[in-house]
Order: sequence, then structure tokens, then C-alpha cells
Amino acid sequence: MLKILLSAFVLILGTAFPALAQAPHDWGVTLQEPASPTMERLSDFHTMLLYIITGIVIFVSALLLFVIIRFNKRANPEPKKFSHNTLLEVVWTAVPVIILFIIAVPSFKLLFYMDRTAEPEMTLKVTGYQWYWGYEYPDQDGINFLSYMIPDDEIKEGQKRLLETDNVVVLPIDTNIQILVTAADVLHSWAVPALGLKTDAVPGRFNETWVRINKPGKYYGQCSEICGTGHAFMPITIKAVTKEEFEQWIVTAKEEFASNDNQIDMSRNHEFAGKLTTQAITGAIN
Amino acid sequence: MGADHHTPGFFKRWFCSTNHKDIGTLYIIFSIIAGIIGGAFSVYMRMELQDPGVQFMTDAAGNPDGHMWNVFVTAHGLIMVFFVVMPGLIGGFGNWFVPLMIGAPDMAFPRLNNISFWLIVPAFLLLLMSAVIGGGAGTGWTIYPPLSSALGHPDMAVDMAIFSLHLAGASSILGAANFITTIFNMRAPGMTLHKMPLFVWGMLVTAFLLVLAVPVLGGAITMLLTDRNFGTSFFNPEGGGDPILFQHLFWFFGHPEVYIMILPAFGIISHIVSTFSRKPIFGYLGMAYAMVAIGFVGFIVWAHHMYTTGINVNMRAYFTAATLIIAVPTGIKIFSWIATMWGGSIDFKVPMLWAIGFIFLFTVGGVTGVVLANAGMDVALHDTYYVVAHFHYVLSLGAVFALFAGFYYWCGKMFGRLIPEWMGQIHFWLTFIGVNMVFFPQHFLGLQGMPRRYIDYPDGFAHWNEISSYGSYISAAATVWFVFVVFYTLFFGKRAEANYWNVDKDLMTLEWTVSSPPPFHQFEEQPMVK
Repeated sequence: MLKILLSAFVLILGTAFPALAQAPHDWGVTLQEPASPTMERLSDFHTMLLYIITGIVIFVSALLLFVIIRFNKRANPEPKKFSHNTLLEVVWTAVPVIILFIIAVPSFKLLFYMDRTAEPEMTLKVTGYQWYWGYEYPDQDGINFLSYMIPDDEIKEGQKRLLETDNVVVLPIDTNIQILVTAADVLHSWAVPALGLKTDAVPGRFNETWVRINKPGKYYGQCSEICGTGHAFMPITIKAVTKEEFEQWIVTAKEEFASNDNQIDMSRNHEFAGKLTTQAITGAIN
Repeated sequence: MGADHHTPGFFKRWFCSTNHKDIGTLYIIFSIIAGIIGGAFSVYMRMELQDPGVQFMTDAAGNPDGHMWNVFVTAHGLIMVFFVVMPGLIGGFGNWFVPLMIGAPDMAFPRLNNISFWLIVPAFLLLLMSAVIGGGAGTGWTIYPPLSSALGHPDMAVDMAIFSLHLAGASSILGAANFITTIFNMRAPGMTLHKMPLFVWGMLVTAFLLVLAVPVLGGAITMLLTDRNFGTSFFNPEGGGDPILFQHLFWFFGHPEVYIMILPAFGIISHIVSTFSRKPIFGYLGMAYAMVAIGFVGFIVWAHHMYTTGINVNMRAYFTAATLIIAVPTGIKIFSWIATMWGGSIDFKVPMLWAIGFIFLFTVGGVTGVVLANAGMDVALHDTYYVVAHFHYVLSLGAVFALFAGFYYWCGKMFGRLIPEWMGQIHFWLTFIGVNMVFFPQHFLGLQGMPRRYIDYPDGFAHWNEISSYGSYISAAATVWFVFVVFYTLFFGKRAEANYWNVDKDLMTLEWTVSSPPPFHQFEEQPMVK
């Protein structure tokens, strides 16, 4: 019996804290494990907020439960007639204000911390298209490529359905990376939960954000602003590597993507759009 | 009894009606029908999401039809906001009970009232057509360009949706003007603003929000219409326009809109809590002015829907601060309801169950709102299922619970028949369990990063989605039961007396002084308020 309880406990712990999972985890109940300083702070802030809001909900529920038990018509046949209590009203106005101050101070600190990095070491340019992402490395001789989701029928063993892309974004760890996000057609949003990133891609604008990745690994994200038929099918895959490996990757990537030169691969585009159909939207791509 | 109590014939009574009670009834029937349609859309979406992969929404070739999904999302959102909650709370209960509660014979402009209702019917038909014609509008209820521009939706589906919102907006503005005039001019002698029932206060603030907010939406969608059809480029960056401008305009309307949906609900809950606790509402003035405060602050927090769009960091800081402030008047309301029950002699009749359910669920939805208010935190949660869970807790489990609470509370008054208690209890518990099963796991999905408006999701989200879908089937069963309860009550329900809840004399609002249902023209002798 003890054994069952223990294993159940371990199972619950394992699901509640999905260690080393940078992608969503079945039965997961909390934020993905942070892999950037921004996400670490976000995660800590969320823990604090969770304590506060759980406390509030428990407090209100306890009050409700108490009045239900103590002041139902059997327990209390004759209602009292009071309808004012100035002290009480001042207290329940003032205490929430204090709680909000306690929330606001770390909230503002976090907001200004995550806004942008003062000294970026490199830049990544991201462009949203219907329905794929374009990436460009202006500091690495403008390496650029497009990144499509791997369709379900081509998914290999061990790959994550709807999260893997044909060309992954390779980024170095321990580097302040400035990220510029824009879109070429409709709105998109470039989001990677484990890194604390989500920035809307808006045509005609460059939105700036930044990241510093803590450890090597694969990080997954998905488009987070409704963008048409293929909204659910334009994921983001980031492969974080050491600085040395990144240097090596640049050499090979320059060769591999040499012919791209910012050209959109239209044949791939149409093949993909064909899989997503509906005349209203495909009309728009042409 | 010298007054003419002749009621017009069927056609004249229901199609040319100028009677506030008949128009209120029409609104309620309309709201229930639209609610069943919008609810069916959501059940179909939950069926699709029950398992990973696309099972139902496929095109002829068997590929996932993401556009069809978007059409469902859009139609569900617009129907629930504009054609269920607003007509139900404002058109339905507002029309029925504002005149009754202030002791007026009818609304100030009865014919305007008629056209308000008959504008919303074609609006609804246009909206349904927008889901069918030209592939359907798959923009989300926010209709953000460029997806809603000719670029994303070249066919005329979005134009249909725009016209639908034009008509629904005109209906709302006319209705709001009617309410403001009625409340300011037609109160019974002695009923000062500070003696007005809280539901009427809620309706007054709501009407002001409508008059100030809806024209901004009208302007925004008209600009979108000319962008789409007449070559302007308000929102088109290639012509010097800006897609973000649309978001500012939309949310300048959209945020007050969520308070438009919840303020009448606050009023209904106050009356029910007071009646069944047999105590006057605690802190009446605080309650009334908390609603005014919420209405005012509601106009200066709109960009908290746009934290990730790249707006300036100082702006995000301001909107964080302003948004957090809303928690204060909301807290005052929650605590005042509990203080009303404190020391009372609570009778757990069905309307009271819905009201207590409302207070609890609105608290849960409120605290996740505090989390989302933080611009930093919102980066992790924006456009995820956490947001979906949050706004369904305040609207689907808040506003809709208030709709049901009001219906059970006033059904006898409106239709002269009483809903059997046991039938209402089954409906309440089924709904309560169902909706919590639908929406509570969605917090977990959102924290794990599942984006909104997705037809298919990675396998890591599978199990919470499955539970959420099961919850929606329970809620759907509850709704079918509700429809049965309504029909049963209308035909076989016990006849209601004037004061069938035995509301204490000193707590009574004026609707309990007239018969159930009230005469075609009420208050032949003008009531006086002490």
C-alpha cells in the first residue's frame, strides 16, 4: 500500500514539475521549465502571484462556506438587519490596495527587465508569413532561411507532432540576442514559452525583444496570433548550442542556405498551402 | 379600473410591439435561441479538440480545415457576446424590470424600443450568413486586420459580419438612449437616485458605457469596410496605415464591452442575495458607486489586451497599474455580497444557488484577471488558454450564471408560472460541474503554453483537453434539460402569486407589488416611494 502511495506521489511530482521538458507535457499544470533569465523571473513572479490568488480564493470560499453553514435559515431563523459597517468597508478597500502594491512592485521590475537588452551581441530577424516563419542572421553575413512545420505524415519517431520544423533556428547559449519581429502579410506572434518570449509580428513594424538562453537544448513554440487557415501549423523550433558549435553551424549554414538570398521558396509555399485548402485564404497568397 | 386593458392581436402584439414587457420577452426568447446556436458551436469545437489530430473539421480531401475552425471560433464569440449575453441581460431583463422597478408604466420611447429589438434580428441573420457566405469569416471576434482585410478575407464574409455589427451596434445605442432617458425621467415620486434598486443602477451605468463605447466600434469597422472595398488604407501599412490602430479602436470599445456584459449581472445578483438572505443589501451606496467606478476605469485600461503588440514599455506600465486598480471596486462588490449574507437567514432556492455560484466563480475569474493584468506576466499567458479560461470564468460562468439566476428569480413574475425547485436544482448542479470541468483545466493548458484558436494541438496537451471536452458535454446536457424545464414550466408550472418568493416588505422592489404576470399596462395608480 505504501509502495502504491509513494509511486503515486512520485508520479504526481513528476507531472507537476515536468523536469527538462521544454515542450508541453501531458497532465502538466504549470509553466514550462524556464531556460532564460527572463523566464526564470517570470516563473518566480508567477509563483508569487499563484500564492496570492490561491490565498484570496481560499479566503473568499471560506467566508462563503461559513455564511452558508452559520446563516442558513435553519441555523439562523431571524435575520439581523444591519447594512453598514464603515470600518469593515475601509478595511476591504485598503487591504486589496496593499496587496496590489505588493504585486505591482515586482511586476514593474520584471516588465522593464524583459523589455530589451542594452548590449545585444547578435541579432535575429524573424518574419511571419502565412503559414511559416522566415529567419535572418544579419550579423552572420545574412544567413536566411524559411522554416516550415513537418507535416504529420513525415514525422519521425521521437519528433513532436505540430512542433517540429524542417529548418530549426540555431542560437548560441549565454549570448544576449536581440530579436526583431515583423510580418509580411497578416498578424502573427512569435512565441517560445520556455524562453519567456512572445512578440506580435505586425506588418509595417519591427517589434524588438531579446533572449539569453541558459542551456543547450531544443525549445518549441507556436504562432500565437490568429492568422488564418494554417494558424496551428506554423511552429517555432529553436536549437540552442554552445558558442563553438554555433560558429561551426554558421560555416555550414552559409553553404546550405547560400542560394536563398531572401527568396521565398514559392513551390514549397504552394505545396504547403495545398494541404491547408479553402479558397478564401489560398487566394490571398498568390 | 377605467384603463383600457385590451391586448392587441397576435401579429400586432409580437411584431409591432411597443410594450416593454413583450419586447423583453422577445429579447429573452431571442437570447435563448441564439444561446443554443452559439453553445452548439462550442460543443462542436470541443468535440474536435477532445483528441489530438483533426477528426471532424476536415475538407473534402480529408485535410484539416483550419479555416472552418476559425469560422466556428469567430461565430461562437460574436454570437455569445452580441446575441446572447447583451440581449438577455440588457434587452431582456433590462426591458422587463427597469420600468417595473422604478414604477414607470413603460420605457420612455416605446417605438424606439421596438426598432431596437427588430434591428438585432437581421443583425443575427447577417452574422449567421457571414459564417456561410464566401467561405465564412474566420478572423476571431476581434476581427483584426490585415487578416480581416481584403488580404486575408477577399470574399464578402467579413463585410457581412461588419454589417451585422453595424445593426447590432445601432440597436444597442438606441436601447441605451432609451434606458438613460427612462431612468432619469420616469422614476416614481420619492425614488431618488440613491434609492434606486441596484439592478437599475447597473443598467444606468451599462447604458452610458454603451453610448460611449459602441460608436467607437462602429467607426473602426466602418474604416475597415472602406479599407476592404473603397481603397482607403487606415489599417494597411503599405498605404501608411497601421494595423495596431484598429486594435486600439477595437479595445477602446471591447474593454467597456466586457463591463457592459457584467454590470447588469452585478445588479441581478445583488437583488437575489438580498431577497434570499432576508437582509438589505450591505453597503448600498458603496455597491452603486463601485459600479460607477468600474464603468469609469473600464474606459482607461483597453491596451491591456495589447501587451505583446509592441506598444511602448511605459504605456504597458501605465496600463498594468490602471488594470490592477479595477480589482478594488470588484473586491468591494464580492465582500459586500458576502456581508449581505452574513447574519442573514439564507434560503437556498434555485436563484440563490446561481447567485452563490456566481460569486465563487467570479472570484476565480477575477483573480486570474489580476495575474493577466501584469504586462510582464502576460507575455507568458497572452493568447493562450489561460486567457480563454479567465474570460469564460467571468463571462460564461459569470454573466451566464447571472442570466440563469435572473431567469429563475423572475420567471414566475414574467410568465406567471413557477419553475419546480428540483428541476432547477438539477440544472444548476449539472451546469456548475460541467462548466468547471470545461474551464478549470484550461488554466493548466494555458500555463503550459497552449495557444488559443487552434484546431489541433501537440500531444502534450492531450489529457486536459479531453477532460475539458467531457465537461462541455455535461454542460450541453444541462442546457437541453434547461430547455425542457422552460417548456414544462410554461405549460404545467404552478401559477405564481404576486410575491411568490415572500420577499420581506422592507426589502421589496416595486416589481413584487404587481401581479404575476403584471397587467398589460401596470401602475394605473402611480406608486410612491418613501
